[in-house]
Amino acid sequence: MSELIARGAEAELYKKNQEIIKIRKPKKYRNKTLDERIRKNRTKKEAKATREARKIGVPTPIILDMKDFEIKFEYLDGEKIKKIYSRLNQNDFRKIGKYIAKLHQNRIFHGDLTTSNILKTNRNKIYFIDFGLSGYDGHIEPKGVDLHVLFQTIRSSHPEHTDSINIILNSYKSSMNNQKEIIQRLNEIEERGRYF
Amino acid sequence: MISLGIEGTAWNLSVGIVNDQKILSHQQHPYQPSDGGIHPREASQHHSDKIAKIIKKTVSNANIQPQQIDLISFSLGPGMGPCLRVIATAARALTLTLEKPLVGVNHCIAHIESGKWSTGLDDPIILYVSGANSQVLGYKSKRYRVFGETLDIGLGNALDKFARKLNLNHPGGPKIEKLAKKGEKLIELPYSVKGMDFSFSGLVTAAEKKLQRGEKKEDICYSLQEYSFSMLTEVAERALAHSGKKELLLCGGVGKNQRLKQMLKEMSLEYQIKFGYPKKELMGDNGAMIAHTAIKMYESGIEHSPGIEVKTDYRTDEVEVKWRE
Repeated sequence: MSELIARGAEAELYKKNQEIIKIRKPKKYRNKTLDERIRKNRTKKEAKATREARKIGVPTPIILDMKDFEIKFEYLDGEKIKKIYSRLNQNDFRKIGKYIAKLHQNRIFHGDLTTSNILKTNRNKIYFIDFGLSGYDGHIEPKGVDLHVLFQTIRSSHPEHTDSINIILNSYKSSMNNQKEIIQRLNEIEERGRYF
Repeated sequence: MISLGIEGTAWNLSVGIVNDQKILSHQQHPYQPSDGGIHPREASQHHSDKIAKIIKKTVSNANIQPQQIDLISFSLGPGMGPCLRVIATAARALTLTLEKPLVGVNHCIAHIESGKWSTGLDDPIILYVSGANSQVLGYKSKRYRVFGETLDIGLGNALDKFARKLNLNHPGGPKIEKLAKKGEKLIELPYSVKGMDFSFSGLVTAAEKKLQRGEKKEDICYSLQEYSFSMLTEVAERALAHSGKKELLLCGGVGKNQRLKQMLKEMSLEYQIKFGYPKKELMGDNGAMIAHTAIKMYESGIEHSPGIEVKTDYRTDEVEVKWRE
């Protein structure tokens, strides 16, 4: 028997034995053609980037199988860091910064880097998940956006722990070659989206 | 308490008078650009020409004497500098003549507070979509926090930009909505959601290219709406899932669009979310929302000196929300 364990905005997660099946269900509010296009595209991107990331040393769950709108993953015993944010330590934050840098060094951007998409396992390993909005891009913009999305989530959802931003950022900077331009872009992004 | 509020951050000049229960009167005079988009200096000239007349009319329609007004307020920002300075000057003059306290209100927060007032929602995720602003917000620890926002331009301005290519005058949104109803074919455009952020400028550029290539304008308008509203609905959906909140509030001028409302309604039904939006007169920029928010602020102990400077890029999360637990 598979059991529904989570229903996020993007997909439903079913657990069966030590496997997780992630299904992107149709969104009724969306035009059908657009809806299928988006779901298929994200499933494909997610599978690809999840594999690539693990190859370059960023922990992600192993993919066991996939179809048009679903992916089967190994099950990970742990929690989203969103739920345990106050219990994370400096080392966890440094790992997060280092892993983001690793992705970016390899031209991968995550595209949805919130505290719901980073896990800490019971063995104290940090995992990145949910690569549905990821992509390959040599430009600095999507890298700046990754950092911006994560920091914005920390500021809005964990306002008591904004000091973690600096630890993540410092670790990112020390693991990244051409970080100066990206940090500059991050600052620009944080100024943008405001009136004119 | 009777409160008078002045709004004029962009093209709509508006004055509202409210008490604790309801709107007593509400007047507006939108600036119509001679051609193209909004010219800030022209808009401010319009505001300064009309403001005295609109204030007088609002007061007389409320059936009150000026001395009965207890509180004066205006939009402090964000907005166009020249426009903000005109309404600030008018508010200062009223404060000094009537000898009543003054409150400068954050325009975006006024949309949120008046939306809550109008709908009765208590702690919603807020989708605020207007010309210049497009944000998803939620309350946490004394601030309206920005969960996601446009990384380039607001949706209203994006739609206006495309409308100008079709030689439709300002505001373009309602005209695009009309054309979209006659569209049938979904044309492929970029769908740009980045985490909880989104962007619209690439979408408009792509739509303009499709127009040059001879696609039907009705189909492009339809596709523009389908793409941009799906993006907003998805981001609202994410913010609801992330925050665990059970209510959704739509506000801002673009929120008048029927198709956007329909999508949000369908999404809310699926998650059993309570969905609401203010009545039409409170949906776009208006003075009543400023007046209402000013009462809340004043009662929580906030008052400003007449010397207060306008803030053209006043952030929503800069404001400490003292009036909420």
